[in-house]
Amino acid sequence: MMQLAVTQLGIEIPYWGQSLLRVLGGLVAVLLPAGTIVYLFLFKMMSFMQSRLGPMEAGPYGSLQLVAEVGKWMQKEDLAPEAADKSIFKIAPLVVLLSTFLLVVVIPFGPDALFTDFEVGIFYGLAVASVSVLGILIAGWASANKYSLLGGLRAAGQLIAYELPMVLATIGVVIQAGSMNLQNIVVAQNTGEIFGWGGIGNPYIFTQFIGFLIFMIAVQAELTQAPFDMPIAESELVSGYMTEYSGFRFLIFFIAEFATAGVFALIASVLFLGGWGIPFDWFGWTTIDSVDNWMNIVGPLIMFTKMLVLTFIIMWVRFSFPRFREDQLQTFAWKVLIPLALANTALTAILKVVF
Amino acid sequence: MPEKPKVPGLFKGLGVTLGILKDTVVDGANTVQYPHEKEAPPVRARGVIALHEDNCTACMLCARSCPDWCIYIEGHKQLAPPRRAGGKPRQVNHLDRFDIDYALCMYCGICVEVCPFDALFWSPEYEYSEPKIADLLHDKEKLGEWMETVPEAPELEAGAQKK
Repeated sequence: MMQLAVTQLGIEIPYWGQSLLRVLGGLVAVLLPAGTIVYLFLFKMMSFMQSRLGPMEAGPYGSLQLVAEVGKWMQKEDLAPEAADKSIFKIAPLVVLLSTFLLVVVIPFGPDALFTDFEVGIFYGLAVASVSVLGILIAGWASANKYSLLGGLRAAGQLIAYELPMVLATIGVVIQAGSMNLQNIVVAQNTGEIFGWGGIGNPYIFTQFIGFLIFMIAVQAELTQAPFDMPIAESELVSGYMTEYSGFRFLIFFIAEFATAGVFALIASVLFLGGWGIPFDWFGWTTIDSVDNWMNIVGPLIMFTKMLVLTFIIMWVRFSFPRFREDQLQTFAWKVLIPLALANTALTAILKVVF
Repeated sequence: MPEKPKVPGLFKGLGVTLGILKDTVVDGANTVQYPHEKEAPPVRARGVIALHEDNCTACMLCARSCPDWCIYIEGHKQLAPPRRAGGKPRQVNHLDRFDIDYALCMYCGICVEVCPFDALFWSPEYEYSEPKIADLLHDKEKLGEWMETVPEAPELEAGAQKK
């Protein structure tokens, strides 16, 4: 983003201006998908799947419902239980949201539209994604409530169990692309060929389809969306680790949940669907440096579209399936997903060496 | 009959939700957007209880059978003119007060069942919420107004005995 402004438009932006732009860009990249997901899928798609219309009063077709909800939450009292560990109780939602913001930093939205260009981008991304486990665990423990504690422990067990298949599923992509840098992964997919045919590049969803499936299932579990919503199982744990939260802090948990859904969908689209790129052959580009500048505008739109498609699948599954039991959930991760992901990794490695 | 190809339950489930999504988009939702359009309740819906005051003899059966004690009746005895010329004046109960407190009522309908003189009727009308809870006490004038909303009694079944 900054390089674009400086080198192409010839504008000199001071360091504080760049930082401000980065912060604003990060806010947009986190909050815009979250708002879109909540309105489009949580409010509307879920309602339609249950043969009702959803919010219709606030704004045309209820489009301002989210504003109304945020306003409602902001006015509520910021309660903390008497026995709670107050300071930790209060920072827990912020830790969860923080991990989302740390995560969005590595995602490339275009040839120059990116926040940072880490060499080990995906490694960093998976590492900071697990920070949210800490937030959830301390939220559950600091609430001094047995429902919260159970929910927090369930969440911790679940997130750790599903982190492994997620990491192992990305290893296949990393092996194939030969890089951990997300930008390089995008370039590798868009310059790749399928058996010598480069018409649509080589999005890894074809070669890494098992990896893609495992990744999406793991994402579903990481987001604690149904059928993996054991930690917040409302029929038995009230609301799990969020039980004692109200008002603004509950809002932050809520934003974090859906913003993380968006960010994980963005990462999945980078890893498996070719990210911001269109096959470089179409316009005669060869390397990242020869990509035309307008991709910095079109790229984010492509990313946004892919994000919507993937979150549609996540939400569709969420609204369709009933909840796993706790033991089924753990069994599925350790006995099915992890062996499958390991086999996928091994197979990818062998094929990479052979070809 | 050829066997249908087996679809795994997971995909069937996804198909169900997507099918309903499609139906809602194409045919509209099953729900009614209440303040803008109203749902017509069934004729025998238990909306509100109406009082046909002329039939009431202040016998107190309804008030005594009410599980919530939400019916308040006051009456006094008075003399009415004789039915036939030269007869004795009759003694009748006159109804002074008949209130139903809908804040207490649980819509069980026992009062309607128990009334021997057909003075109480169910009406499907349901829009009578009030900002103040005390206003939910409907007096006999208001209960009488509900009579207009009581639907016609349905035809008796063929062969039913009419007493």
